[in-house]
Parts: sequence; structure tokens; C-alpha cells
Amino acid sequence: MSRFLDRVETALQDEELKGALGRATDRLASRRSASLDSLEDSDMIRDMARRAKMGLLTDLAGNLETFEKNLINNGVQVHWAEDGKAANRIVVEIAKARDCKRAVKSKSMATEETHLNHDLLEAGLEVLETDLGEYIVQLAGTTPSHIILPIIHMTKESIGEVMHRKIHVPYTSDPEKLAKIARAKLREAFLSADIGITGANFGVIDSGAVVLVSNEGNARLVTTLPRVHVVLMGIEKLVPNLDDLDLMIKILGRSATGQKITTYTSIVPGPRREGETDGCEEMHVILLDNGRSRILGGPIAEILGCIRCGACLNACPVYKNIGGHAYGDTYPGPVGAIVTPGIRGIKGWKSLPDASSLCGACRDVCPVRLDIPRMLLELRKHAVEEADVPWTLRAGLWGFGMIASRPWLYRTAARLGGIAARLMAPDGWIKKLPGLAGGWTRSRDMKAPAPKSFQRMFRDRHV
Amino acid sequence: MTHPKTVQLFHTCIINEVYPEVGMSVVNILERLGIEVRVPASQTCCGQPAFNAGFHADARKVARHTLDLLSATEGPIVVPSGSCGDMITHQYEMLFHGDSRGQGGEPAYLAKARAVSHRCYEFSVFLVDVLGITDLGARLGSNAMKAAYHPSCHLLRGLGAKTQPRALLAGVQGLECADVKDQEECCGFGGMFSVKNAAISGAMLENKLRNLEASGASTVVSCDMGCLMHMQGGLRRKGSKLEVKHISQVLEAGFK
Repeated sequence: MSRFLDRVETALQDEELKGALGRATDRLASRRSASLDSLEDSDMIRDMARRAKMGLLTDLAGNLETFEKNLINNGVQVHWAEDGKAANRIVVEIAKARDCKRAVKSKSMATEETHLNHDLLEAGLEVLETDLGEYIVQLAGTTPSHIILPIIHMTKESIGEVMHRKIHVPYTSDPEKLAKIARAKLREAFLSADIGITGANFGVIDSGAVVLVSNEGNARLVTTLPRVHVVLMGIEKLVPNLDDLDLMIKILGRSATGQKITTYTSIVPGPRREGETDGCEEMHVILLDNGRSRILGGPIAEILGCIRCGACLNACPVYKNIGGHAYGDTYPGPVGAIVTPGIRGIKGWKSLPDASSLCGACRDVCPVRLDIPRMLLELRKHAVEEADVPWTLRAGLWGFGMIASRPWLYRTAARLGGIAARLMAPDGWIKKLPGLAGGWTRSRDMKAPAPKSFQRMFRDRHV
Repeated sequence: MTHPKTVQLFHTCIINEVYPEVGMSVVNILERLGIEVRVPASQTCCGQPAFNAGFHADARKVARHTLDLLSATEGPIVVPSGSCGDMITHQYEMLFHGDSRGQGGEPAYLAKARAVSHRCYEFSVFLVDVLGITDLGARLGSNAMKAAYHPSCHLLRGLGAKTQPRALLAGVQGLECADVKDQEECCGFGGMFSVKNAAISGAMLENKLRNLEASGASTVVSCDMGCLMHMQGGLRRKGSKLEVKHISQVLEAGFK
């Protein structure tokens, strides 16, 4: 059994996960649809947002060069990172060069992808996550299980437990009290930090600005209080201009949490300039490839238009049952089942695109209309071509193709199969199937084929 | 389209082998409407099992066979399944169009796939959109029932048919449609998914059956026998009394 299937079994037995996840995803999904219904022309806005994102991909290299030029004009130092290790090394070098000791971070999936915290701690820096969910993830020593709600898998009781155990505060499960405790801790950290690290929701090409949305205001503090601000962003996170940003903002909050707009939208156009009263002294943007340029130009390039709203997770019946950790890497859910094999390679990750009934609920809710099921099918095809597929499956489907393209053989096989099945099932129902098919009879009976096929019934009546 | 006199029935492998009575219900309804039903004898399966598993070369063998035999016929093709209907309507094209640079495509079969795609209709879509019928005159009389409609994913989201089956059911006198929580959520079938990811599929099925049972319906009605076979197997394992029926069986029951 693959490690993925092991993780799935563990997740399915986790009662806390089932309760917390079910409640939260239901709430998010209904808020999402209500808030999009209230947006006039939401379908058109989604189409326009998709066009803007897809248009950028046709010349991503050129767009990145323009973005870099405009960032530099704004006084930002730009770095390029081929992979996660390189990105982390750049952050450590910046910190060392400016003698930074204490880092505060606002929520960033890119830094999760590169395991930045690990490398910063190893280099001797203190690191504190300041998004409330990420802060608890950090305290608990786990990883986020949702793109926008890192602790969607936890109940308020287990959060209280973690805070009691790790920062030695009296146990409470009152969300307001827990938030206040965290707030006090984080406030100290903001004031003493010398380097702030963020991701980016968007990079606006023509303004050379980085955009961050948040609900807690922590991103704004992380970008303005410490001396140095470092942004780590994937090379695909661009928008052409502020008009297109407006489209994205309209659909991002609504798709993610059902908010018309998040509480804070920060457009960071570089470090503090002369005469300005706030902002960092020095700003760096690290543009992270980490496998993205390999995706570009291939059959799953569309995924680079993803704006990481998490709506597909909340709609996905697979994610809702197994949660984010079962996916085994940074990005869970339908988007993760594409991004992970995309950036890490299909080898070792083919169980992710397989873990979908192709129901299409993700495609329906995607604000930029990514055809996620199509990409899952592309990855399955790619897995068959490139990776190790069990020979039994290969032989089985070769046999299927051979038989189902020869009607006489097909009829014979169906008839023989039917006879065998009816022998196994005198009452017409098979309770246990052998081999791979045994998965079916794990939780359901299998109806045996009928003694007389439809074609024979039809012929008997019409001839 | 003018009212067609003849249709080709692509009966699907599940109906042919496991639920032949559903195929007969489809035939009975179409014939009652004055349409001659032809059943191309050499049809097998649409090839979806291989396609969904990523084995495109094997799927293409089956798709070529199906396209050859359907191309040799005329008139609308009725498919009593959203899933097989979606495969023929949308996915055959993906099998033959080659990669983004057009490499490895098969133009001859791509053309056939497009032509067949335009002739292909799922059963409920054919009745409502082509024939313009929503009230078939079905009356359940003393067999009045509460039914839970299950929109199969490939019919609902693949072919975009949300209203047609509901309109047909609304036309059946004596049939009350139950409200089902998370009605449009997948039952967990997904073909090979149900065996390869049996644990997840089983958990999805459990949710679906719980919601169906809570709806107070006596029967689950759908347009896809794959989903119904899956739910029926789960219901039987649980010892539930809930029955499953293809929409054609419910419509036909109203004539008897």
C-alpha cells in the first residue's frame, strides 16, 4: 500500500478531523456561493480574471522581466531562485548581511513549499509566524492543512490544548481569549523583529508592487515594522495592472471565505522613500521557480493561473473526507493534486491525481475556471507514460482495450464473466471480490451481470 | 431539429450486462413516442475505464471502434448515461487531438469524434431538449412515491444537464421529489476510483447514503446506472430498504 493510502486510512479514522473539517468546509462553501450570487456579473468577472491570468502565461518570461524592471525602479532588490533551497539560501544571506536576528512571517504557502522556517532556524535566526492559524501550526509543530485556513483540521479545544502546552497559558477553549493571548505574544514579536518575511498574493507588473491580502492585519505589520522586508513569491503570481488586480480582489475574497473583500489589502510599492513615515528600509523580492517553468508550455500549464483561494478544497468531497495532511505536501486538495506532481515531478506523486472521482465540483467553483479534472486526467496519462504503473493494471487495461475493440471477443468475455460471477453469487450479489476489485466489496456488494443481456432481450422482441 | 423518426441507442456496457431491464425501459419510452430505436449490434464500451486510468492508447482502440460503428449510422445517438455520454461528447476529442502542438493527433478520428459528438444526447436531455417533452403523461396512481433525484456528476457538470431530469420527474403525477442535503455531491463512484481509492470512495458513499436515507425518499432516481450500481451495492450492504431506479424506469412505471 502506498504511503498516500496509509495517510488516507489514518485521516478517515480521525474523528476530530471529520467534525472540524466538515463544519468548516460547509460554512465556507455556502458563504462563497452567497457572496458570488450577490456580485453582479460574477460570471463575466471570472471570465475576465481568467483571461488576464492566461494571457500572462503566453509570455511569462517577458512579463517577469518587466515586473523586475519596475520593482528595481521602486527601489526593490530582486533575486531569482531556481528551487526552494536556493530561495532559502537567499533569505538567509539577506538576513546575515543586515545582521538580522529575529524574523516575523505572515502567512505564505511559498515559504511552506521551500521549508524556509527550517533553514532559517538552522542558520540561527528566531522565526515567528504571525498569522493566527500559522502561529498555532508552528506551536503544534505541524503543517497547514488548507491553503487559506491552516488549522481547519483543529477544534477550538485542541487549539487551547496546544497553547496551554507550548506557551504555558491557562487552558481555555474560548476563541476570543485564545486570540487575545496570541495577539499579546505577537505584538511583542512585531516590535522586536528586524526582518519581515511574506509571500505575495499578486505582483502587479506595471506598478512593480507586491499585493498582500489578510484579515488579521499581520501582513501590514510584517511589511512595515521590521527594517528589512523579504517577499518570496512564485513566478506565476503576476497580474498585469491595477485594473486586473481589482478583478482578482473581487473574486479572491469571495471564493476563499465569502468576503466581499478581505479586511486588509496591502499594496507594497517598495521600501520607505524619503519623506515617508512608514515602510521598511530595504525590500527584497525573490522570484521562485521551483519547477514552475517546467509546467509552463505543457498540458497542465493552466494551473499556473491559480490564485490560491482554496474554493476547490471546500468543494471537493475527497478533501472534505481526508483533509489536507493526507496529500503529503504543501498544497492539498484538487489544486494540490496538480501542483504537487507539477513541481515535484510525477514520480512518487501519481497517487494524488488518482485520488479523484473526477466529479468536477472543483471546476465549478474555481474563480478563474481552471479545468482541474482535465489536468488530473493529463497527469494520469503522464503517470502511465513516465512512472511506474503496476503491471497488473497495465495488463488489465491492455486486455480491456483489446477485448472492447473486438465485439465478438467482447461478447464472449462478457458472457463468460457473467457465468463466473453468477456462480460466485447465487442470489445475484457478490460479497467479496478478489484482487484489486476487492476494493469495491470493502464497503458495498457487487451486482452480478444479468443472465440475459440487453442486446439479446432487444433482439428477442424486435426480430 | 425536426422530430426524429429513428435514433441509435448506445446502450452502455453496464446496462447491457448488468441492468438490461433499464435498456428495455428506454426503448419502451422512445417507441411509445413513435421513434424507431436501432441498436448497433457491434457496440461494446465507450472506453472510459482505460481513459480515466490514463491509458490513452488502450482507450483509443475502443474509441476508434465506437466511432467507426456510430459514424456508419444516421440520426441522433441516445445514451442512457451522463458519464458515457460525456465521454463520447467531450473526451473522445481529447483522445484524438494530440498535444498542444498537434503532435500525435489523429485528424480522421478527430473529425469523426466531432461529428458523433454533435449527434450524441443523454436520454433525459434527448427527451427534453430534442423532443421538447417534459410531461410524458406518466401517472403513478396508487404507486405514488417520494423519490430522491441524484444528479450524476458527469451529467450535471460534464454535460451541464441540471434541469432536464428534474423537469421530467416533475411531470410524473404522484411523484414527490425529496430534498436531499448536499444533493449535488458525488456518490464516490468514479469508476476505477472506487477500487483504487476504495476507502475514500466508501467514505463518500457513506455520506451520500446517510443524506439519501434522511431525505425520507423510498427510491433514488438517477440517469446513470454506474452511480446507481454503486449506491445500490452500498444500500444492500447496509441492509437498507431504499431502492434505486433509472429515470426511464420511473417514467415507464407511470404508463403501466
